[in-house]
Amino acid sequence: MANAYTPGLKVTNRMAHTIVRMLPIKGDVMVQVGDKVNADKIVAATYMPGDVYPLNMANFLAVPPKDVASLMLCKEGEKVKKGDPLAETAGIFGKFKKKYNSPYAGTVETVSEVTGQVILRGPDIPVEVKAYVKGTVTEVNPEIGCTIETDVAFIQGIFGIGGETCGPVKLAVQDCDETLTAANITSEMKGCIVIGGARLTYESIEAARKAGVAALIGGGMDDQDLKEFLGYDLGVAITGSEKKGITVILTEGFGDIAMATRTFDLLKRFEGHEASVNGATQIRAGVMRPEIIIPLEAGDYEEKSEDVGGQLDIGLPLRIIRDPYFGMIGTVTALPAEPHVLGSGSKARVLEVKLNSGESVIVPRANVELIEA
Amino acid sequence: MTIDLANINVILATDCGSTTTKAILIEKVDGEYRQTYRGEAPTTVEKPFANVTIGVTNAVTEVAELAGRQLTNEDGTIKSPASGSDGCDLYISTSSAGGGLQMMVAGVIAEMTAASAKRAALGAGAIVMDVISSNDKRRPHEQIQRIRELRPDMILISGGTDGGTTEKVVQLAELIAPAKPQPRFGSEYEMPIIFAGNKMAADEVEATLQEDWIDLAVVENLRPKLEQENLGPARDKIHDVFLEHVMAHAPGYDMLMDWTDADIMPTPGAVGDILQTIAKKENINVVGVDIGGATTDVFSVFDETFNRTVSANLGMSYSISNVCAEATMANVLRWVHFDMDERQLRNRVKNKMIRPTTIPQSLESLIFEQAVAREALRLAYKQHKEFATTLKGVQQQRTVGDTFSQQTGGNTIVDNMKLNLLVASGGVLSHAPSMNQTAMMLVDAFEPEGCTNLAKDSIFMMPHLGVLSAVHPEAAAQVFERDCLIYLGTCIAAKGLGKIGKPCFKWALTGDVNASGTCNFGDIELIKLGPDQTATMTCEPARGFNLGAGNGKKVSHDIRGGTVGLIIDGRGRPLGLPEDRQQCQMSMKTWVENMALYETICQDEKMEQAVVTA
Repeated sequence: MANAYTPGLKVTNRMAHTIVRMLPIKGDVMVQVGDKVNADKIVAATYMPGDVYPLNMANFLAVPPKDVASLMLCKEGEKVKKGDPLAETAGIFGKFKKKYNSPYAGTVETVSEVTGQVILRGPDIPVEVKAYVKGTVTEVNPEIGCTIETDVAFIQGIFGIGGETCGPVKLAVQDCDETLTAANITSEMKGCIVIGGARLTYESIEAARKAGVAALIGGGMDDQDLKEFLGYDLGVAITGSEKKGITVILTEGFGDIAMATRTFDLLKRFEGHEASVNGATQIRAGVMRPEIIIPLEAGDYEEKSEDVGGQLDIGLPLRIIRDPYFGMIGTVTALPAEPHVLGSGSKARVLEVKLNSGESVIVPRANVELIEA
Repeated sequence: MTIDLANINVILATDCGSTTTKAILIEKVDGEYRQTYRGEAPTTVEKPFANVTIGVTNAVTEVAELAGRQLTNEDGTIKSPASGSDGCDLYISTSSAGGGLQMMVAGVIAEMTAASAKRAALGAGAIVMDVISSNDKRRPHEQIQRIRELRPDMILISGGTDGGTTEKVVQLAELIAPAKPQPRFGSEYEMPIIFAGNKMAADEVEATLQEDWIDLAVVENLRPKLEQENLGPARDKIHDVFLEHVMAHAPGYDMLMDWTDADIMPTPGAVGDILQTIAKKENINVVGVDIGGATTDVFSVFDETFNRTVSANLGMSYSISNVCAEATMANVLRWVHFDMDERQLRNRVKNKMIRPTTIPQSLESLIFEQAVAREALRLAYKQHKEFATTLKGVQQQRTVGDTFSQQTGGNTIVDNMKLNLLVASGGVLSHAPSMNQTAMMLVDAFEPEGCTNLAKDSIFMMPHLGVLSAVHPEAAAQVFERDCLIYLGTCIAAKGLGKIGKPCFKWALTGDVNASGTCNFGDIELIKLGPDQTATMTCEPARGFNLGAGNGKKVSHDIRGGTVGLIIDGRGRPLGLPEDRQQCQMSMKTWVENMALYETICQDEKMEQAVVTA
């Protein structure tokens, strides 16, 4: 292959982070360049056009479609309340009139002479966009949104559920290989970003939700527990819109797997700091991974870590991301050029890894990701 | 652009998939076009690259290294025309990257014009996100809500035969106009809407959809009469809009379009074209399948009628979890001949979903993935059969003989007994370590009946050849014949059910291989019949079994060999597996052994372990 690129998830002490906050449609931007904003500051707001209710008026009034417009008591653009008369027939000699009262509040948008259909638009729906991350507004795109910049510690997860939230970082375990149980969750964790070590059990997630924890971060969890928590079997990895009252982020994958030491140590170091997290994950077409963002003050932790991900090379540390060695960490010891026949019988380009246990194994290049030393 | 076909000696073709960009080189060798080298690289439409041409250049560079031919210029562009041992004369490409072409379609009646619109969109290579119709059982405000949620690349509206309903067609437009669906490519993108319905309603539809965010095109009605479909103009328009709008907004495609010597085609559209060409040329019925990471496409040509379906969430990586959820883990595990821990498997499936580019390393892992593939293929084919039907709503002429027949049109045209060729492509089928495994996955999932040839697309070349057939049909035909298909062999399978161990059919083989025997119900056998060998097979089915001539009737077929050979399948149709897990495992174990599915691999695995230990 021309470029053997092996992506790794981003875990960094400090980096400049830019966040673009945009409205789905045009509206008002409520900040200016140079403003310092907190995560919960509303930076832009607008109103989405309300829900649409098509009403088959020709049918209701039993008249030809072309007559509907002349029988409307409210014309296009006029507002109606629920129960207001919307249209009325002429009747016979002014009697036996047929009246149609509006089943919804809204505005008459169109009256069709072809179909006799009236489109009623419900009240506008307010939409607010929060800053999400504490920082400085560096750019304003009028009517659309703004850009916020700040220095952050940044951790990318592998999978998550639930949307944006924020709160102080709080550790629930002492080691990265400790399983999180319900007993680790306390009432002081309300509104916090709680850090587990290895597997998050179903009981611990339920306990955290009940305690009002904003988000729970762990190394892994069992898929069976995820199914139980969501109430359905997740088929396609497009998440973020779950309304479970808590955001959950996995940093490593599914199963009983410890959080990478570096990730855990970074989170431990920032215990008590405000963090912004988002569990939204999308694997296909426009990859989106969950994120944990910890804004830093000037002078905080100036050392920067190097980016991982790039060319495979001898001596680089990596993690194996597929069975039979799933989750094991080691170092590249050889990169044979020729394809190798695997245990499955497939031929693939491989590398030799010396695991931390001292054992040497051969693994397909597709089944590893680079990590930081 | 005019291309001088006589001077084309070197052709470079790429297919930009969701995950991988594949490049092939076709060269004129001794007066014939042959596929010579192949390379691949990860697709680069996503950040941080966000430019498809980087992946294309990487894949082409790999081909160039293998071929010893400079194919790119210093700036990464394709070197053309060929001069000496450098460059190429023709560069073409297909694409399904970034989720392919995503469409919403609408029609008046779900089973009639909406079904025809869906067929047009699928035939053009699109993924149909939803079908809106007057009778889809959703209330109008629910339909509008749905349209608002979708982010299609374009919308196709059909409805009404010419001179038929106008009102219902305009009603559809009235649902779309206020819904104002947001396109994927941002608010500046004008949503292309194609109207291919009742020509009498065109002006009113145009008036209803006169919005600044809509780019409306009107083409011929795709269902001018109930008994006639006219999908060509709508398909062509979809293709034009795909190039003008969708491709132009995808990252790097403006550059790629400049590089290519012919229009970029959506990958599935190109595969459909080449399969139709083969079916017509050979006068056969063909089913093709392409199982990818996210979706499974099934193509069929029966009696010259082409159909394509996309099962959007049946795939082997991004959608693997959905296959297990839809099929149930119990159904997946019935194809595995040993015990596996379900809790661990569920975690493995999700890990594959979140890290879709990993590959099975252990034999156990491979067997499980192939079990999932059988279920994905089975479900996708089921959906295809339900979709590929005769036109619904057509008045049927009946005779007294039809008194007790309740057929009303809309029956599936997919008939496994009439199927001549089943073609496999897509990672799990094409890259299976043994072709016996590919053949067995096909037989288990598609359940061919009678006599069916099995083949696989050697290196997933059909998309490249599909687009090449539009530019240089002769080169496409030559490469297809010689390099594209690998014939796996032939499957002889009886339709019907019986008692385990009782005779299903007697068979006798004469020709390059001479043999005879009795196939008992529940058995599957493999007879070696090489790629260049042929034979005549005579079968006498037992009562209650059919091999193509009717129940219990003797039948004779000319058999073609292949890399796998002749599969004699007495397991009956529909194929049923024992419900008891132990019995099921025993049956599977016997079939795995009879078909020699994993024998050579077990030896390799032992060798590999020995190497590592040493």
